[in-house]
Amino acid sequence: MVEFRARAVVIATGGAGRIFPFTTNGAIKTGDGMAMAYRAGVPLKDMEFMQYHPTGLPGTGILITEGSRGEGGILVNKDGYRYLQDYNLGPPDPWPRKKAMELGPRDRLSQAFWHEQQKGRTIKTPHGDVVHLDIRQLGEKLINERLPMVRELALAYVGVDPVHAMIPVRPVVHYTMGGIHTDIDTATPLPALFAAGECACVSINGANRLGSNSLAEIVVFGARAGRAAANFAKTNPKPGLAGKAGEAAQARLRELFGREGGGDSVSSLRKAMNDTMESDAGIYRSEDRLRQTCDTLADLRARYRRMPLQDRSNVFNTDLVQALELGCMLDVASALAQSALQRKESRGSHQRLEYTARDDANYLKHSLASYQGDAPPTISYRDVVITKSQPAERVYGGAAT
Amino acid sequence: MSETITLEVLRYHPETDSEPHFQRYVVPYRDDWVVLDALNHIKDNLDATLSYRWSCHMAVCGSCGMTINGEPKLSCHSFLRDYRGKVVRVEPLDHFPIERDLVIVMDSFMEKLGSVKPWLIPKVEKPLSAGEYLQSPGQMQVFHQYTQCINCLLCYAACPQIGLNEDFVGPAALALAHRYNLDSRDGGRDARAEVVASNEGIWECTFVGACSEVCPKHVDPAAAIQQTKISASVGWLKDLLTPGAHR
Amino acid sequence: MSRRPYIRKVERNWWIRQPRYISYMIRELTSLFVGLYCALLAVGLVRLAQGPAAWDGFVAAFSSPLGVTFQLACLAFAIYHSVTWFALTPKAMPLRMKGEPVPGIVIVGAHYAAWAVVSIVVLIGAGM
Ligand SMILES: Cc1cc2nc3c(=O)[nH]c(=O)nc-3n(C[C@H](O)[C@H](O)[C@H](O)COP(=O)(O)OP(=O)(O)OC[C@H]3O[C@@H](n4cnc5c(N)ncnc54)[C@H](O)[C@@H]3O)c2cc1C
Ligand code: SF4
Ligand code: FES
Repeated sequence: MVEFRARAVVIATGGAGRIFPFTTNGAIKTGDGMAMAYRAGVPLKDMEFMQYHPTGLPGTGILITEGSRGEGGILVNKDGYRYLQDYNLGPPDPWPRKKAMELGPRDRLSQAFWHEQQKGRTIKTPHGDVVHLDIRQLGEKLINERLPMVRELALAYVGVDPVHAMIPVRPVVHYTMGGIHTDIDTATPLPALFAAGECACVSINGANRLGSNSLAEIVVFGARAGRAAANFAKTNPKPGLAGKAGEAAQARLRELFGREGGGDSVSSLRKAMNDTMESDAGIYRSEDRLRQTCDTLADLRARYRRMPLQDRSNVFNTDLVQALELGCMLDVASALAQSALQRKESRGSHQRLEYTARDDANYLKHSLASYQGDAPPTISYRDVVITKSQPAERVYGGAAT
Repeated sequence: MSETITLEVLRYHPETDSEPHFQRYVVPYRDDWVVLDALNHIKDNLDATLSYRWSCHMAVCGSCGMTINGEPKLSCHSFLRDYRGKVVRVEPLDHFPIERDLVIVMDSFMEKLGSVKPWLIPKVEKPLSAGEYLQSPGQMQVFHQYTQCINCLLCYAACPQIGLNEDFVGPAALALAHRYNLDSRDGGRDARAEVVASNEGIWECTFVGACSEVCPKHVDPAAAIQQTKISASVGWLKDLLTPGAHR
Repeated sequence: MSRRPYIRKVERNWWIRQPRYISYMIRELTSLFVGLYCALLAVGLVRLAQGPAAWDGFVAAFSSPLGVTFQLACLAFAIYHSVTWFALTPKAMPLRMKGEPVPGIVIVGAHYAAWAVVSIVVLIGAGM
C-alpha cells in the first residue's frame, strides 16, 4: 500500500452504470469515487435518477447514437408501427421534428418502450425484448457519411446492415445523474475534497440529462475543480500522515486476503446485484419491488463482508480490483434504491407506478443519501436552488412546437 | 451438449512461474461472442485468477489488445465465429514485457507518447478573452483520421522494427505527432522534430506497413510516418538551399 | 510488490511467422539486387574508361547466359520493387485538390505515367 499525502483531492471517477447488468458504460464505471466520498461522510445526491438511453444494442448494450434519430431514423414496434405517437409524442411526421416522436427526451422514449413491452408489442430475442430502429430511408450514402459508426457497430455486433435492415434496440442504462454532493465550485461538504464530472452532482442534469451536456459539464467543472483545489492547496497546510486511518485501510485489506474460501464470489454477488437492480429498480419502480431490492442489497452487503478472494496474489490482481469495485457498487446501489424508495412521485428518469404525477409541493427537492456503515443509508432532502428557469410542465410532440 | 470452443491462453504469474505457459479452457460457443466475452466467462465461472485488461467492449477504449492466433487484435472486436472449429490461442501483445498473463507493461509507450508533445502548441499564444482558435471543417478533415487513434498498441505489436529496436518511437506516437503538425492551429512542428526526426523517430521506420494493416481504427500510421519523412526531407533541403531563411 | 515482468526474445526467424513480413523481406531483398545492378553499371563505366579491350570483355560477360540470367532477375526484382512501391504512394504522398482528397488510383496512375515517359525518353536516347 502506498500513502499519498495531499492538500486537496479531486474525485473524477465517472458514473456507476455497472451496478446494472445492461449498460453502455465501460467496466471501469463502478462508482468507486462515489463510494469513497460517501463512506467518508459526503452524501450522495439525487441517486434515484439513473438515465436509460432508448437505443442500446441487445446483448452488449452498445450505444446507438441519438444522431441516428436526429438524421431521421424511426422507432417501430413488432407491427412496424411508430408507437411513440401513442405516448403524447406525436404527430408522426415523416421527417424529424424537434421535441417530437423519436426526438423526444430519453426518459420518455425509454418509458414508452416499457409500456409497449407490457402490451406485448415488442419483439422477443434471446437477449431480451427489442423494438426496431429503422434508418433505411436515409440511404447508403448518408448513412456512410453521417453514421458510419452506427453501421459498423450494427454489422459487427448484431449482424445487421442498417442500409438494408432494421436495427434491434432496447433501453440501456447510460448515465448517473446523481453523485457526490458538491456546490457550484465543485466543493463537497468535506474540506479539501472536490468532485467533478459524472461522479459528482453539481446538479446541472436534474432528473434527466439532455444529450451532450455531460461533455460540456466535464470541461467546465473539471476546470473549476482544478482551480478550486489548487486554491485550497495554496492556502492550507500539508496534512500529516494518515496514521490510524492508514492502518485501518491496511487492516481491511489484510482481513480481505485472509478470508477462508468457499461460498460467494465476486461474480456471483455481482450477478445477484445486477439482477435485482434491473428487475426492481429500472425504468418503472414500485413500492414492493423497491423494498425487495433494498432487502436484497442489505443481504448482499452482509455476504460481501464475508466474501473470500479467489486470487490472493500481489501482482496485477484483478480479482482484488473487482472485489473492491463490487463493494463500491453495492454501497452506491443501496443509496440509489433507498433514494428511489423514498421519492414518492414520478420525475424524469424516476418513475413510480403508484405515484405517477410529479409532486412539486413535496418533492421539488434534492435527495441526500448518507452512509450509515452496515445499515442502509438515511435519506434527507434539500431545497432546489431555482434561478432563471422556473419549473414548468414538460411538453413534447405537437403541443411543444 | 451445446457447442463449445477451446481457448489456449498464455499464463504467466511472476510470483510462481519462471516463464509463461499455456492453459486450456473450454467455453460455450456463441455466434455473437467476442474473445473478450469468452475471457470474461472464464474469469466469472472457471478461473478468477486470469488477468487481462478491458473496459468498453466496443472498440473505443483501446485497453483489450491481445495476440489472437498470431495476429494483434482487439479482443472485444474478434468474434468467436471467425475461429469456429479451431482452437483460439490468446497471448499478450508482442514486443512488450508481460506483467502477468495477458497484461503487458506499457510504460515505454507512455513515455514515447509524451515525448512527441501530443497537444496543440499554438502559433501565437492568445489570452482566453481573445476567443477560440477557429478551424474550418476542411482544415479539420486534413488530420481527422489521425485523431482516431485509441492507443491500443496493436501497431507496436505488429511492427518488426519495434521488436528489433525498443527505443523506436513507433507508429501511434509518430502518427499523433503528425496529427498535430497538420493542425492549422498548431505551430509546434519544430518543437516535435527533435524526437520525431531523430534516428529513433521516423528514420527507424522501414515502411513495413504492418502497423496500418492491423490498426482497428484505420489511422494508417505508416502513411503518417512516410509523410513526415517527406516533409522533414523537404525542410532539410530548404534549409540547405536557403540558409537562414527557414525558421 | 513482487513484480517481475517477463521479457520475450525476438526470434531470429520472426519474419517467417506472417505472410506480410515475408513479402516485406522480399521487398527488402529486391533493393539488394537493384543496388548490385547499379554497382555493375558503375563497373561498366570504369571498364569503358579503361579502353576498348576492357569494355569488350565487360560486354561479353554481360551477354553470357549467367549475365543475362542475372539481369533478368534484376529486372524482375526492380519491377516488383516499383510496383509495390507505387502501390504505397497514395499513403506517402496524399494530395488534396480544392480541399478534396485526390483518389489513390490517380496518384498511382501518375507514377506509372511518369515511369512510362522516362522509359520512352531513355529508349529514344539509347536509339540515337
Ligand atoms: C457510450 C457512451 C456515449 C456517450 N456519448 C456522449 C455524448 O455524445 N455526449 C455527452 O455529453 N456525453 C456522452 N456520454 C457521457 C459522457 O461520456 C460521460 O458522462 C463522461 O465521459 C464522464 O466523464 P468523467 O471524466 O466524469 O468520467 P470518465 O470519463 O468515466 O472517467 C473516469 C476515470 O476514472 C478512472 N477511475 C475510476 N475508478 C477509479 C479508481 N478507483 N481509481 C483510479 N481511477 C479510477 C477511470 O479509469 C476513468 O479513467 C456518453 C457515455 C457513454 C458511455
Ligand atoms: S495507430 Fe491504430 S493500432 Fe496504433 S495504437 Fe492507434 S488505434 Fe491502435
Ligand atoms: S474493451 Fe475497449 S477496446 Fe476492447
